[in-house]
Amino acid sequence: MSDLYELRCKECGKAWGNAPRSFCEDCFSPLEVLFDYDSLKKTVRRENLAGRAFNMWRYAEFLPLPEGYIAPSAVGGTPLVASTKLAAHWGIKSLFIKNDAVCFPSLSFKDRVVATALAAARRFGFQTVGCSSTGNLANAVAAQSAQQGFNACVFIPADLEPAKVLNTAVYGARIVRIDGNYDHVNRLCVQIADRFQWGLVNVNLRPYYSEGSKTHGFEIAEQLGWRLPDNVVVPMAGGSLIGKIAKAFRELVTIGWVEEKPVRFFGAQATGCSPISSAVKRGLSRFEPQKPNTIARSLAIGNPADGNYASKLIRESGGWAEDVSDPEIVSAIKLVAETEGIFTETAGGVTAGVAEKLLRQGRIHPDETTVLCITGNGLKTTDAIAAEFPVTEAIAPRLDAFEAYLETQLPATAAARA
Amino acid sequence: MPVTIEIPTAFRRFTDGAPKVDCSARTIAEALTELTARFPELSRHVRDESGQIRQFLNVYLNEEDIRFLGGESCCVKEGDRVLLVPSIAGGSV
Repeated sequence: MSDLYELRCKECGKAWGNAPRSFCEDCFSPLEVLFDYDSLKKTVRRENLAGRAFNMWRYAEFLPLPEGYIAPSAVGGTPLVASTKLAAHWGIKSLFIKNDAVCFPSLSFKDRVVATALAAARRFGFQTVGCSSTGNLANAVAAQSAQQGFNACVFIPADLEPAKVLNTAVYGARIVRIDGNYDHVNRLCVQIADRFQWGLVNVNLRPYYSEGSKTHGFEIAEQLGWRLPDNVVVPMAGGSLIGKIAKAFRELVTIGWVEEKPVRFFGAQATGCSPISSAVKRGLSRFEPQKPNTIARSLAIGNPADGNYASKLIRESGGWAEDVSDPEIVSAIKLVAETEGIFTETAGGVTAGVAEKLLRQGRIHPDETTVLCITGNGLKTTDAIAAEFPVTEAIAPRLDAFEAYLETQLPATAAARA
Repeated sequence: MPVTIEIPTAFRRFTDGAPKVDCSARTIAEALTELTARFPELSRHVRDESGQIRQFLNVYLNEEDIRFLGGESCCVKEGDRVLLVPSIAGGSV
């Protein structure tokens, strides 16, 4: 049986079959996986999902996988948390947090995209895989390559957070540190993919890779009881995820698994790297690249290739984009942790901070259902908030020392005890 | 001024396989004009219908994206490298 999907140019529509390539050689525009939805409609049944484990592979028919592909590990299947305290704090009736901070195996949504990219890498016969990365992607490539027996070589900006570097190194991946920012790393990787026969997951395997993001959207719809939310707030770096969540929702409507309804897409960036939110706010059809300067390094892409698609989607959906400062990011990380018990990385701080801003601006209506997409784990970016929590003085292991501590630190409690 | 334009593999079918092309130009715009004059088939792949550099083609002067240098009117000097690189994003979201 032939594939039910193939690569198509997003601009000129030319078909390119299935191959490790990510751009149209005629117009240099990005390629995207297009599915044969008529055939899909005949073969997939929502009821069939009941017998499948809750992870991203339950939506296998919607992913560009080789025929008969056996998933090597469970990826995705993360909680959609119904918020109570954060919702109350913001005065929203219906707020959900899609928590990919606990995505398996490497604690970010990048596990999803790497899962589909490595399926493609296997299909195309690559033995060495790699990526350009701001950290999370490198972690995911290293972890899944180790399990699946690929050689991994990842390229990262030299100034990356130590935890993210360690979380890649531990799996035995080769790490090449590049003296430059992410955009320099990315450009180099495009040239490397052009020169060597390596499967760079977010370069020449990019169309297959990015389809994995759709599972974040499929899960949201299923966890809401097979319905779509009114608003989705999504962090943006390259601008791909927001488009893939929209694609997931569209596919579910096309296939008849959810009822069609307008969903407003809201994009979140850090003010120190905000080419897409700036384009939305200024009404530009083409974003202007920026030099990133923010603690949200996983979002620090100043030249986002999907940026114009993201801003178009946001505008057409009736949504908006905003950005928040570094102090606002830190406050939002603490707010999500203190209210929901979820420790997100800086990108999640951006998402929550922007959501709060959009609520204040009246762009998100408090009576509607809103989903925040949390894409990474706070344990990886502790440097960004460490200064908020100075080490406290130790006390002697004696009851009188603790009583003295209570009197100075918590006098009300000490008085009640007395 | 002689500058070298590095040609990505996808474009080499239009440059008789040449991976590099030397041009004599004062600006990026002049360099691209000379390149496409020499290889006319390349023209529509470098510029869109309105004459702008294609949206997904990034042009670098040495290490810098020309959009940070004032665009294609920026000056080039002898020995500069001009890179044509497809725009592919992505380590993050």
